[in-house]
Amino acid sequence: MIVIGERISIIAKKVRDAMMSRDKKPLQELALVQMKTGANYLDLSIGPAEEGGEELMDWGVKTLQEVANLPLCIDTTNPKAMEAGLKAHNNKWGRPIINSASGEEERLNNMMPLAAKYNAQIIGLTLTKQGIPPLAEERCAIAAEIMAKAAELGVPMEDIYLDPLILPVAFSQDKCIESIRAIRLFKELNDPPMKTVVGLSNISNGAPKELRGLINRTFLTLLMYEGLTSAIIDPTDKEMMATVKTTDILLQNTMYAHSYLEM
Amino acid sequence: MAFTIPKENYNGKVYEVELGVGDRAIKIGGESTLPFLSFEGEMPNRPSIAIEIQDLPPNDWPDTVKKVYEKVSSNPVAWAKFCQDELKADAVALRLISTHPDQKDTKPEDAAKLVSEVLNVISIPVIILGSEHIEKDIAVLKTVAETAKGKNCIIGKAQEENHKTIAAVAMANEHKLIAMSQLDVNLAKQLNILLTQMGFVKERILTDPMSSALGYGLEYTYSVMERIRLAALQQNDGAMQPPLVCDIGKNVWKTKETIAAEAELPEWGSLEERGIIWEAMTAAGMIMAGANLLVMRHPKAIELTKKLIEELR
Repeated sequence: MIVIGERISIIAKKVRDAMMSRDKKPLQELALVQMKTGANYLDLSIGPAEEGGEELMDWGVKTLQEVANLPLCIDTTNPKAMEAGLKAHNNKWGRPIINSASGEEERLNNMMPLAAKYNAQIIGLTLTKQGIPPLAEERCAIAAEIMAKAAELGVPMEDIYLDPLILPVAFSQDKCIESIRAIRLFKELNDPPMKTVVGLSNISNGAPKELRGLINRTFLTLLMYEGLTSAIIDPTDKEMMATVKTTDILLQNTMYAHSYLEM
Repeated sequence: MAFTIPKENYNGKVYEVELGVGDRAIKIGGESTLPFLSFEGEMPNRPSIAIEIQDLPPNDWPDTVKKVYEKVSSNPVAWAKFCQDELKADAVALRLISTHPDQKDTKPEDAAKLVSEVLNVISIPVIILGSEHIEKDIAVLKTVAETAKGKNCIIGKAQEENHKTIAAVAMANEHKLIAMSQLDVNLAKQLNILLTQMGFVKERILTDPMSSALGYGLEYTYSVMERIRLAALQQNDGAMQPPLVCDIGKNVWKTKETIAAEAELPEWGSLEERGIIWEAMTAAGMIMAGANLLVMRHPKAIELTKKLIEELR
């Protein structure tokens, strides 16, 4: 499974402070530790960044790629900042992922053309202005709209990662199974199967701290069984990475060796 | 509707490894596709062939291959030079067979002296092989690796039981390393992980899946190699991306087909031709399975294999 490292997010105070003061060091440390522990992409989240977003994203992308030989998952709702990130991105280590478009008309119209213009991959959140529909089938309908827009603009289907969105088990227990079903149904929307992604940790939001890791890992295993392509997770979490690696072994996505955990 | 060839997309790539120094250095590996499928990816380097020589006269080789080297094989230095100058070899594989306790139990220092002499007379890359005796190889390969420092040789073979010391000396003296496991894809991966864990750069490893001859287990080697390549390319498995080495001469020239006299089996035809074809066919199977470097004995078998490699362009 493809691991997108989640640690560089403006929601974290340390990251926010570093971004505001343009202090490279904390961000570069987070980039390196995530690369070392197995991230395939680094998420760089600057939030809506309405003021100065372009400059911040340009600086962030360059700061991370100065030390980490990885492609980035560029995370903002601000289309101008997104474009600045794509311009700054060094494709030497792989193509970036736009995080994200959705079924909301404005966001789809803002983000999908950037994927076409910059030959980037893109995450499609299956929600609309009305929110996340309860049933997996309804999320598939939104996925179809995202895919239609991509086809219209010439973005290949294999560059799209569909995100079913995950709701916390503590508040919406019946929706967990719908997200799992959505992964299965999304794959059937195209041949070769559509790629998928989740922001995993929302599943355990609101649950007691001591349960969060267990809930996250168990849920990820179920999603991987359905063929999940990638997840936005914390690669520095050893137990999480051990679960990812073991599930990949059991599903025969990677080859077994006694020291597979050390890979 | 026009027919389009279905294509596989691969995520991974075999490491490109350089062997030897100077003008005669060669590169192997680097492909991003299964062997010779140039419409699906790049194959920047064709498979190379090293000619096998040894530090003892090849008394146990069949006459048909022994006679090719009869003027030089009593002197490994002359033999190496013959391979380079007369046979235009890409590389030479020097097997230090005499160091085996059941052979002459040659001392590491004496083996090193020979290695040094060979390195002085030829400029093509040299693969230095021990006798595959676990304990003795530790001492022999340590000493010869030091002697050969700076020549970017391949040292081998490290096996699970002795990989630590052999890898350490290959690393310290900047050589490439052959890691061999016993015809098992999971053990091949495990050995590569163990090597990288001890700090050995994985781009300096070559994997020997343990070869076999046509009719004597070739299909097992083929299958192991195929799975290694699929893991390297489809799963982008870093531990499975070293180039593959196949040491086939020693297996081929032990088979009945390369030894049995014409008088005994007249229906099998010319003994010499049979042996050559047996080695060339074994090599053909190995390059189809993804071999990047072959170790072979008969110049005519090598010629046939090179022709095949050229025609598969």
